[in-house]
Amino acid sequence: MLIECKNASFGYENQIYVSHVNFTMNEGDYICVLGENGSGKSTLMKGLLGLIRPYEGTVAYGPSVTGQTIGYLPQKTVAQKDFPATVREVVLSGCLSRRGFLPFWSREDKMRADKQMERLKVKNLEKECFRDLSGGQQQRVLLARALCATEHLLLLDEPTTGLDPSVTRELYDLLRELNRDDHTAILMVSHDIENALCDASQVLHMEKEMLFFGTTEEYRESAVGKEFFRKSGAGRREMTWN
Amino acid sequence: MELIVRMFQYPFIQRAAIVGVLVSLCAALLGVCLVLKRYSMIGDGLSHVSFGALSIAMALGIAPLYLSIPIVIIAAFFLLRIQENGTMKSDSAIAVVSSSSLAIGITVTALTSGINTDVSSYMFGSILVMTDEDVVLSVLLSVIVLILYVVCYQKIFAVTFDENFARASGVRTRLYNLLISILTAVTIVLGMRMMGAMLISSLIIFPALISMRLQKSFRGVVICSAIVSVVTFLVGLTASFLFSTPTGASVVIVNLIVLLLVSLIQHLRQNA
Repeated sequence: MLIECKNASFGYENQIYVSHVNFTMNEGDYICVLGENGSGKSTLMKGLLGLIRPYEGTVAYGPSVTGQTIGYLPQKTVAQKDFPATVREVVLSGCLSRRGFLPFWSREDKMRADKQMERLKVKNLEKECFRDLSGGQQQRVLLARALCATEHLLLLDEPTTGLDPSVTRELYDLLRELNRDDHTAILMVSHDIENALCDASQVLHMEKEMLFFGTTEEYRESAVGKEFFRKSGAGRREMTWN
Repeated sequence: MELIVRMFQYPFIQRAAIVGVLVSLCAALLGVCLVLKRYSMIGDGLSHVSFGALSIAMALGIAPLYLSIPIVIIAAFFLLRIQENGTMKSDSAIAVVSSSSLAIGITVTALTSGINTDVSSYMFGSILVMTDEDVVLSVLLSVIVLILYVVCYQKIFAVTFDENFARASGVRTRLYNLLISILTAVTIVLGMRMMGAMLISSLIIFPALISMRLQKSFRGVVICSAIVSVVTFLVGLTASFLFSTPTGASVVIVNLIVLLLVSLIQHLRQNA
């Protein structure tokens, strides 16, 4: 078991945005969190990361999720648009969780960062400035950073926002490889239902509260799933017409 | 050259140079974080609070630094909380705090001693007001700021680049944000006597802006800011001695010239 939510509710400033979340995430799972905008996906993500506490219920972590070491791929922040930092500096900052009070990086940290950069094919960009990279390259760098934090569990918050379709496909392939070959458990918030469902083993559908949790096959057959397919399909067609 | 030697024979120039270099260094290092975190206005707000605190200290006859440092630290804490909670738009909150403390400061002074040269020197800075005691305190605090910055460098980077990620990996981001704002508060109070309440925030913003145009890495920007701030301060100090202009204003003008030159070069290079 990696994460277990029991009847958990999350929110800000005494207002609950997400309630009755019940699910268990195990090693090697690939869970896709679906839901429309404002359905509380990002709030749930913050709750799972421990950035906000549950108002009710509990969130428990398995023994391999020591402390708060979760690999996290957040949505882009405004600051990052003109932030002067090399790829190497960004990736290394992922090692922060595994170190104590020492002010400098150890050899082990550096080797770890090298390994992740090679694996995500950004080693050649090592000395480049993060802000000058393309959207897809930036996501790969941030993924390398997340993997420096841990290889057990990755949480991704809409990782494909703003990427063009081919780069999006590449990112999904990469995630599938990580999940299949390295047994990295993945929990991804997404609104890109078709792509996400190709790879995910389980689906968690949010609509202020948890409407569905089960395998992808079950989801395709469920009323919630069918409804969401219909809506997102219709939505997409309208978008292309415009 | 001869002139510079002669200049440094004056004890008040020596004091100004020591304090100025250390404060510029602290301001430049912290400035990189503040500018990148979009907190530059906090520096500006705190300098006004510092002015208010100084006026009150003068009216009460207390040594200015002892009163203003704690007050400004408290103000820094609240400004940060406002920014984090988002209860009030942070830019308007800072404007409210700035103008209120300026108003309180001026009113207090007018009621007690009247607006005089002392007030003017706090507004626009003066290198003559520094006593030996100020120098010792400034050196001590600046060294503490520098040491803390170096020790926490990696965490400061993480908190500046991506606060949510840092928090998810177990960094106590609140603590480091607080640390950054306390260090900024101390730096501002120390630098304010020389640079003036109106001009001190330039010491925080200019070097960071200049270096961000020149460097690609965070470490490069930090180191470059440190160098830029010390050099521009010394050039500004010399210029103020040569042309008998106010020190603070001279330093800001030197910074402005460098920023314009760097921007011009960057522009030309991009178009070439």
